[in-house]
Amino acid sequence: MSRVFPEDSVGLVRPETAHFSEPLRLACGRLLDEYELVYETYGTLNEARSNAVLICHALSGHHHAAGYHSEDDRKPGWWDACIGPGKPIDTNRFFVVSLNNLGGCNGSTGPASPNPATGKPYGADFPMMTVRDWVNSQAQLADRLGIRQWAAVIGGSLGGMQALQWSIDYPDRVRYCVAIAAAPRLSAQNIAFNEVARQAIISDPDFHDGHFLEHDTLPRRGLKLARMVGHITYLSDDAMGQKFGRELKTEQLNFDVNNVEFQVESYLRYQGEEFSTRFDANTYLIMTKALDYFDPAAAHGGNLAQTFAHVSASYYLISFTTDWRFSPARSQEIANALIAAGKDVSYVDIDAPYGHDAFLIPHPRYLQAFSSYMNRIEI
Amino acid sequence: MRADLEIIQQWIPENSRVLDLGCGDGELLAWLREHKNVSGYGLEIDPDKINACIEKGVNVVEQNLDLGLGNFASNSFDVVVMTQALQVVHYPDRILQEMLRVGRTCIITFPNFGHWRCRWYLATRGRMPVSDFMPYTWYNTPNIHFCTFKDFEALCSEMQMQVLDRLAVDNQHRDHLGSKLWPNLLGEIGIYRVTRNPVKIA
Repeated sequence: MSRVFPEDSVGLVRPETAHFSEPLRLACGRLLDEYELVYETYGTLNEARSNAVLICHALSGHHHAAGYHSEDDRKPGWWDACIGPGKPIDTNRFFVVSLNNLGGCNGSTGPASPNPATGKPYGADFPMMTVRDWVNSQAQLADRLGIRQWAAVIGGSLGGMQALQWSIDYPDRVRYCVAIAAAPRLSAQNIAFNEVARQAIISDPDFHDGHFLEHDTLPRRGLKLARMVGHITYLSDDAMGQKFGRELKTEQLNFDVNNVEFQVESYLRYQGEEFSTRFDANTYLIMTKALDYFDPAAAHGGNLAQTFAHVSASYYLISFTTDWRFSPARSQEIANALIAAGKDVSYVDIDAPYGHDAFLIPHPRYLQAFSSYMNRIEI
Repeated sequence: MRADLEIIQQWIPENSRVLDLGCGDGELLAWLREHKNVSGYGLEIDPDKINACIEKGVNVVEQNLDLGLGNFASNSFDVVVMTQALQVVHYPDRILQEMLRVGRTCIITFPNFGHWRCRWYLATRGRMPVSDFMPYTWYNTPNIHFCTFKDFEALCSEMQMQVLDRLAVDNQHRDHLGSKLWPNLLGEIGIYRVTRNPVKIA
């Protein structure tokens, strides 16, 4: 018996792979001679090729944004709340492209891929990536798919930064830029959290300077710690309080550091462990570095308004009141710069309790505000 | 278009840059963009109204006017508009100061508490006026700073503002002989166009 997927789901989807043999010049100065990008598409590209939307993923995301890979899949793609027929990114109207970024660990060329020079996995030899590099590689994919101009480039968090970078680097190839829970650059505190995560990984004896695959091992403990720290920054104090409070795992305190006592500890350990088995440690380092490096205004003496002076996209910025990782003030910085540059921009601040993770959660006002904007995009 | 907006639009030049404080559903900005090639932004805090702006394709920024306009550069707009919001902000004088800083000219509309009907209500019943136009009671009203035309103009001169245009209209936004002759008694809504006093800038 075949499974019936919800009506507003894109249903069964299959990833595809695009191979590129034209070298990609990276911000770090190195060349990536050839690479592969894994991607999925939902909906149909119209004849005018004017309805294509690019989804950019966040730190631990990938190409599987919506639908199911098999009938047995328990969970749909990571942004299924927002992509599908009748959803904010309506696949009845839009042709949606979602890829795994270079340096990732879900199929696109990354640190676990074989290095053509050695035949062994790249490991730590995989070049550091920047948001700009990703955008350049995504532009290659757009060319391959015959998409000259995106109706919209959309992303949350690090994905939002890619959307912004697209509008800056390829102004004539983006009509609408939707950056959700994003920031124009990381704060010292943001970088500090990333550095703790990186140190957790690097100091794991199983890391082997990034060549753990050659040693047939994984730096699980380090990656677990990195994820635990990261995860705290994705949730709000309120959300954690409501979910766990000071609830105990056992009946009483056992005055013991070896066992889990509070529910929140149990949750974090579970999240960390689950992550440490599915994610590549080198990819985690690359992703956090790309976040740290992102600063499009740096080329303009820190002047963000000047950075946007030449852009032609219309912008939509969404923040969440309880997000303290990239707080509403960070989205407001972007909005203010765009206003100073005289560009079209709308900004909404959604009162949602979930912290930074809110961009993944189907909160009613968020969905409505997102849909209203997407619906007005002419295709 | 809402009648007061119909009056206001005549005071907004073509191709100008407009900031609309408390822009509601974005009607004014949408009309100005369509008919006068005006670019601009609306500030609003009501989620439903913000959504209406988004549906119209009007640039809207979720922002609380009580927190000021510190994010806008001085002289960055040709016209700053605020319709029917003066009485709901916490510090009307501060927002006026900010409007004058950000815009070259400002257009403000507000209800006149000195209208004869308000005076009559208060005089005969001894209670705060409630009408179809201002249907709230004192404890639940969003209108926390009522003033009369005279009050407003006193503030204008105190703040060294220059009143460029003034119109007193009824609640259908019609002006008639009565409200021209005795605006503070017979005008229900005031529509003012003001600017900084040039002396003050120097």
